[in-house]
Order: sequence, then structure tokens, then C-alpha cells
Amino acid sequence: MVSLLLILIMSLFFSGIIIRTKSIMSGRKGPGIFQPMLDIFRLWKKGSVVSTTTSFIFQIAPTAYFASVIMAVLMIPHGSNPGFISFEGDFIMFAYILAFGKFLMIISALDTGSSFEGMGASREALFSMLVEPAFFILLGSFALFTGQNSFHDIFSSLHYGSQISYLLGGLASFVLVLIAMIENSRMPLDDPKTHLELTMIHEVMILDNSGFDLGVILYTTNLKFAMYGALISNFFIGMLPFEISIPMFFSIQIVFAVAVGIIESFMARFRMGHNPQFVFILTSVSLLIFFGVLLVLGKFV
Amino acid sequence: MGKNLVELFNLIAIAALMGIPFMKTKGRGILTLAVITVQIAIISTLAFSVFANGLVEYSYTGSWATGEIPVRIDYLSAWFILVISFTFLTGAWYGLQYMKKYADQPDNLALHAAAFILLYTSLIDICVVQNSIVMLVVWEIMALSSFVLVIFEHYKSATLKAGINFLIQSHVCILFLTIAFMWVKVKTGTFDFNGITTFTSSQPKIASLALFLFFFSGFAIKAGFVPFHTWLPLAHPAAPAHISGIMSGVIIKMGIYGILRILMVIKTDMVTIGYFILLVSVITGLYGVMLAIVQHNLKKLLAYHSIENIGIIGIGIGLGTLGLGYHNQLLVFAGFGGALLHVLNHSLFKSLLFFSAGNVYQFGHTMNIESLGGLIRKMPHSGYLFLIGSLAICGLPPFNGFISEFFIYNGLFRGLATGNFVFILAILFTILGLVIIGGLALICFTKAFGIVFLGAPRTEIPEDHDIENKLRVWPMYGIGLFIVVIGIFPLIFNTLLIKVVSRYLPVSDPRVQLQFGETLGKLTIVGWYSLGFITLILIFYFLRHLITRKRMVSQEATWGCAYPCTTPKMQYTASSFIRSYRKLAEPILSIKKEKREANGLYPQHIMQRTHAHDKIEIWLIDKPLLMIRKVLNSFVFLQNGNIQAYILYGFVFVGLAILLPPLVEKIVVIIKFLNQL
Repeated sequence: MVSLLLILIMSLFFSGIIIRTKSIMSGRKGPGIFQPMLDIFRLWKKGSVVSTTTSFIFQIAPTAYFASVIMAVLMIPHGSNPGFISFEGDFIMFAYILAFGKFLMIISALDTGSSFEGMGASREALFSMLVEPAFFILLGSFALFTGQNSFHDIFSSLHYGSQISYLLGGLASFVLVLIAMIENSRMPLDDPKTHLELTMIHEVMILDNSGFDLGVILYTTNLKFAMYGALISNFFIGMLPFEISIPMFFSIQIVFAVAVGIIESFMARFRMGHNPQFVFILTSVSLLIFFGVLLVLGKFV
Repeated sequence: MGKNLVELFNLIAIAALMGIPFMKTKGRGILTLAVITVQIAIISTLAFSVFANGLVEYSYTGSWATGEIPVRIDYLSAWFILVISFTFLTGAWYGLQYMKKYADQPDNLALHAAAFILLYTSLIDICVVQNSIVMLVVWEIMALSSFVLVIFEHYKSATLKAGINFLIQSHVCILFLTIAFMWVKVKTGTFDFNGITTFTSSQPKIASLALFLFFFSGFAIKAGFVPFHTWLPLAHPAAPAHISGIMSGVIIKMGIYGILRILMVIKTDMVTIGYFILLVSVITGLYGVMLAIVQHNLKKLLAYHSIENIGIIGIGIGLGTLGLGYHNQLLVFAGFGGALLHVLNHSLFKSLLFFSAGNVYQFGHTMNIESLGGLIRKMPHSGYLFLIGSLAICGLPPFNGFISEFFIYNGLFRGLATGNFVFILAILFTILGLVIIGGLALICFTKAFGIVFLGAPRTEIPEDHDIENKLRVWPMYGIGLFIVVIGIFPLIFNTLLIKVVSRYLPVSDPRVQLQFGETLGKLTIVGWYSLGFITLILIFYFLRHLITRKRMVSQEATWGCAYPCTTPKMQYTASSFIRSYRKLAEPILSIKKEKREANGLYPQHIMQRTHAHDKIEIWLIDKPLLMIRKVLNSFVFLQNGNIQAYILYGFVFVGLAILLPPLVEKIVVIIKFLNQL
């Protein structure tokens, strides 16, 4: 339950930090870190416009997307403190639950019959498919490393005595940061601030959502960021007590958010056709981690 | 009791076949339905009693040709009997409504009904009989009756062509099986399946592996393992919807049954076999789904997905076999258990998808995804059921596909912790394969569902209403309910699965069974969490409803980025949806493009068309056929249409047949004589 609370708190100002970092980097003062959340609150109070082409799918998809991320958040532990849901193989369910939300968002984009949203849906489907292997191999390596098969067991039995496990944690954070960027359609792949629909992925999928639903979708994006941040922090928290682990959690999240802001300030968006190659890098880094683990365990022949 | 039930089961079928010629069309339909239902009731009773009271075993004396005919109904048979029966139950009820559209073809329908009963009876008999000759005969009946069912619309040349392709490939399958069984008979002198065990324990290892390869090739053709899958994507779209559903749901599973049965009796180097099956299965799964995405015919897409799912089942079987080889009982349970559960799950959601596709076909008279759209508002039942099927086939919780994939994943991740380097690498690439299969399936079914059922209609199609009547929809809802129930209560088949799988182990270790029980216990948790997930969605939806109830909601046309004159033609199509995927996969697949671009001052009609070809089909079937045809074409002068010439050929043949043995004898004598010199 601790992690759920922490992630919910973090999600309130995560994207605020990103925006603030980007403002400072470009020499502006920028809005307060709670501004994005205030914008979302404003959206929650508004009415909405619904396309005449849409069906019930369009109505339920944002809610189901939100529910899927909440369900995934419930599985994430906080150091020695297991998540609300914890069982053997929970990370498999984690990935598939997130996929469920994505499935509904993709078909809800197709539901509007808009050519732009179809384009976004097509890209989202492809990139999220390409990301999955990296996540599974990453978790597979840690399952092999620790001999455990659930988030909580893996994280609580990572011993940070040897330097090699820090190295693995560092590589894993690299992979997870990029997974988070891709899952949330951020900079190297997609530019949320672009004004050309043809170059957008996630933003263009939700062109027709408005009012409450749009607010839910935007909030879910923040939540997803905080969720991946929590996963990353778990690689370093280990068995530490709360007095240390909670400040550590927040500092890792803030470093993560600032890193995202810096990446977005100094990197250009890739050409759409080059994105798959970039995503493949993730899988190869995860494979590297896997073979690293095999070396450490002495199973490499 | 078992013997009586099996005999009664077959007698009912024979009696019904006798009765069909004497009935009117409507009566025939009802008779078929009644007979199938009664047969299902009988045989399911037997299957459940097998699970409750243990195996049923008896034998007929047989004739000089067959030898003793043992009939054994063990847990594996019973499991498959139940899977087949459920699919046939829904298939028969749905099929009766589906075939009403063809009421103007009474003779064709009569043949169809007879073949349907024959098919069901032969499928069940394959599961029970354990004499190779009898099994081959029944297998042949199955092949022929399914051929008749597939070519129902035989007046369409594409259907007939697909049917003949199916017939030929079925017989290649029978050829492989015949060779394998003959080899066993020659070496051991028995037609009993137990002869295979004797064979493998008495012959050298390499011979056993070769024998397994023959069996595997034969059954792989039926199951649709790559590269033997080429008949599947042709036959499925050609057949009526309920037959496609049954074919994909259970007929191809007979191949899986065969492989499982052989693995039960064969005693040889399980490690090699396990790696082999694992490799073939991963390739099958990936290749199937990669091709499925680029299909534009809805039924063909589903057919390629059957290939993918056979791959997933195969991964389970491979894992279990490796478990047998490495004496890791937990792996055996997870692998075979996952495979068996996926056999059931796939038969459920695939038949549901095919039945929905059948409704779409009869509604719009086309299976081309590109010309459909917006059907969910015209046929909501089929739409939402197709959605359930799609979510389930992608392996997403809270549906049943997730349960069996979770089972297999669990085995794979547990397998990681044990074993040597090669084994870990194999597991790693299997996980990689399974994940990519899942991701690609997601692309495929967002495409299929999104384009066919959502958006606005893409072309003007003649629409047939009155498709979704109650009688047609309730079997589909039955399947849908079952899909959700397995997703939420995965343990309802727990005891049955443990019983089936424990037959693979010579000595079942009670500790492992306990441990496996724990693993299954975790599955219960997964089910509860799935239920929790549904509840969570409902709660949030209710909250949303409460909050937005009083808000203003206005209806507008879809936002076209300020362009006001949008038409349905501007929607994303299936080909554009998968364009970026196609670009990625192009080196592996062979996709032909036809394009006419806009040029000049006054551009005319522009168009683009893509055709996906199956590379394996081209290299394995089309090119060799072309070569054979070339060679045979040089003998075409023999076929001159002259009846006298044909009679001459007959005489020449008969003469040669009679003369050849004495001639050879004489030659042998001469050679002997020469040798003595």
C-alpha cells in the first residue's frame, strides 16, 4: 500500500517537474510544478464533445485505460514492502494488464473513424509491441539473478554487496527510463508539443477525447511515469527502512523527471521510420543484462 | 458401461446416416442437431466418468487384417473428447442457423449434414481407438468428411481449389502416419499403440528419433505447424463459418492429440525431441502471426492466427518434453498443462471469432476487411463477442487466453532458474518469441476489430439484416461466458489437468504434485485479481458516470483538424494501419504492391493494392509443383483423347504386370548362369 500512496503523490507533480526543467533549460521561468495537475482538474470539471461516429468503446476506453494502470500500480512494491497485489509471476500480469489498457485505447482511436487517430493508433500498437521484449528479458534476467519470480521477491533479494548488481541496476534503470519514454510517447520517439498531427503518436490518438475523459487520459500518463519511476527506485532501495527509502524514492523520481526534461530539451525527435531501430536497442541492452547475469552466475559456457 | 456407451455412440451415428436420405430438408437439420446433441451427452458422460472412476479399457478381437483392436479411453482421450464435444455443440447449434441462408440447396445440405455427423463420430473415435490400422481408417473418414464439409460452396472455383488442396495435404499426412505405423508393425508385429514403446526400447536411438520425426511430420500437417501449414489459410476461408470454427477449434487439434499420444508412448531421447518441438513451435507461432497481420480477408487472418496458437500450444508441449528429458517434473506439469489448457481455450475463442466472422459475412457478403466498417452499431452482439474473442486470443486478462499463457510463462520463468546454458538460452528465446507473438497479436486484433466493427462503413455494401436472431446468438454467448469463467476461475479444470499430465510421468512424485498444486493455487489468485480488475473498471466507470452525469455532452462530427468535409473514405484502412509494421517485416514476408500514382495536371483514378504471399508456400508447394508439372508435361502426348489408345495402355500395363515377375526370374537365372562360368 505504501508504494500506491507514494506513486499517487508523485504523479501529482511529475510532469510539472519535466515542464519546469524544460522551461529552465530554455531560459524561461516556467509554470509551477502543480500546473499540469491543475489543468487536469480544470478538464475534469468540463463538459465534453463526443463524435457521432463513436460507439460504447469510446466511452469506456479512457476509464479502462486508467483502471489498467491503477491495477499495474497496485503490483509495484516499495523495497521490502510488497505491493497490494503480489504473487509469483506478477510481472507477467503487470505487462498484460497494461496491454489491455493499450488495446482499448487503440480501438477507441479507431472508433472515431478519423484518419489522424488511426495513424497514431497504428504507431502506438507497433512501438508498444517492440518494447515488450525488452521488459520481459529485463525481468527475466533479474528472475535468473535472484532465483525469484515476483516483483517483491526480486527486489527484496537483490543484494547490493557486490558492484556487479549496482551495474545491473544502472543498466536496468537505463532500459526502464527509455521504456517509460516510449510507453508515454515522449521525446526521442514522439514530441508531445508538436503541432503537426502527422508526427504525433499518443497525442493524436486522443484528438477526439475531451473534458473528463481527456483529463483521465492525461492523468494516467502522469501516473504511468510515476509508476516506472517507482520501478526504477526499487532497483536501489532494497531492504532499507522507510526513513531512508521514502526520501530516496522521491529523489530518484525527481532525478528521473529532470532527466526526462533534459533529454527533451536537448534531443530532437527521430524520424518516424527510425524509431523501430531505436526501440530494438532496448532489447539488445536487456539481452546484454541477461548475458551479464549469466556471467555472474557462472552459467556462461 | 464404457463399452456400451461407445457402441451406442457409434450406432446412433450410423442410424442417423441411414435416416438422412428419407427426410425433408428441415427435418434433416433438426435430426442432425438432435443426433449430435445426444451423442455429445453420451460421450461427455463417458468422459466425465473416466475422470471420476479411472480408465476404460476393452478390446475387440478384430479380423486377420487388423489384429486385436484395443479401445482405451484414458485421461488424455477424455480431455480431448470434452473439448471436441463442446465445440461441436455450439458449432451444430450455430451452424443450423447459418445454413438457413442456403435453404435453396437441399441436396447439398443433406450431404453436409451427413458429413457433419460422420466428422464428429470419427473425431471421437480417433481419441478412443488404439489400433493403428483402425485409427488410420477413422483418420481417413475424418479427412474425407471434413473435405466434404469444406467444399460446401463447391460451385465457387476458389472453394473447390482450396478443398482439393486440403484433400491432398490430408493424404500426405496419412502417408507419413502410414509409413510410421508400418515401420512399427514390421519391427514389433503389433498394431497396438503400445508397440511403439516396444519399438523404441528395442531399436537404436536414431531409429526411434526417425520414427518420431515421421509421426511428428504427419501430425504436424494436420495441426498446421510451419512449414506444413499451407492448407490452413486456404481451407478456412472456403468453408462455411461453423465448419471453419470447428476446423480451427478441434480438427487441427487432432494433430496436437496425435503428438501428445505419441509422446506418451514413445520412450527415447526426450531432450532432443523437446528442443526440436520448441524450435518448430516458436517459428510456427511467429510466422503465423506475422502473416496474419498482413491479411485482408478476415477468415484468412483468423486462419493464420490458428497457426500462431498451434505454435503456443507447441511451446507448451516442447517445454513439457524437455521437462521429461531433464527429469524436471514441475516443467512437465507447467508445459503439458499449459498446452492442454490452451487447446481448450483456443477452441473456445477461435470458434467464437469464426462464428462472429460468419455473421459479418452473411451480413455484408464480403470478408474483405477494407470494405467493412462500423458494424458494431449494426450487429452489436457479434461486435462485442468478437471483441471478447479478440481480447482472449491476445492473451489479455481477465479472459481465458491469459490463463494458459500465464501457465506457460510460469513454466518458462521457473525453467530459467534450473538447467544448463543451452537450456537457459532456449528458454530465453522462447520467452522472447512468446512475447513478440503476444505483441503482434495485439496489432493484428486491434486492426481486425477496429477496422471491421468500428468507425464508419468504408464502402456501400448490400446489407442483409435479420442475421442476429436469438437462436444464432445464444451459442456464441455460451462460448463467451465460458471464456470469461475460465479467465476468472482458472481452477475449474485443475484436477482434470493434473490427472492428464500425471500420465506422462512414470512415477509421479507426490511432492512435485503438491508443489504444482501450489502453482495452480496461485492461478486462483490470478483469477481473483482478474475479477478485481473487472470490478475496478466498473467502479471507475460508475464514478465517471456519477461525475459527468450533469455535464453538458454535445454530439459533433469527428474532429478532422478543422477540415469540415470529412468522408468515410478518409478513414484509416487496414493496410494503412499496418503500414509501419509492413515496412519492418518486408524482408521476411513477400508482399507485392500494385500502385497507380497521381501524375499530370489532371490526375486520374489512383489506387494501391498489396498482396501478401506466403514465402514458405511458394518454395515448398508452388515451385515444386511447377517443376513436376514441367516434367509431366513432356508426357502429355500420351493423353490424346483416343479411347483405343487408352485401351492399349491398359493392355500394355496388364501385360507388363503379368510378364514382369517371370521375366525378372529368367534374368536372375541368366545372371546366375553367367556367374557360374
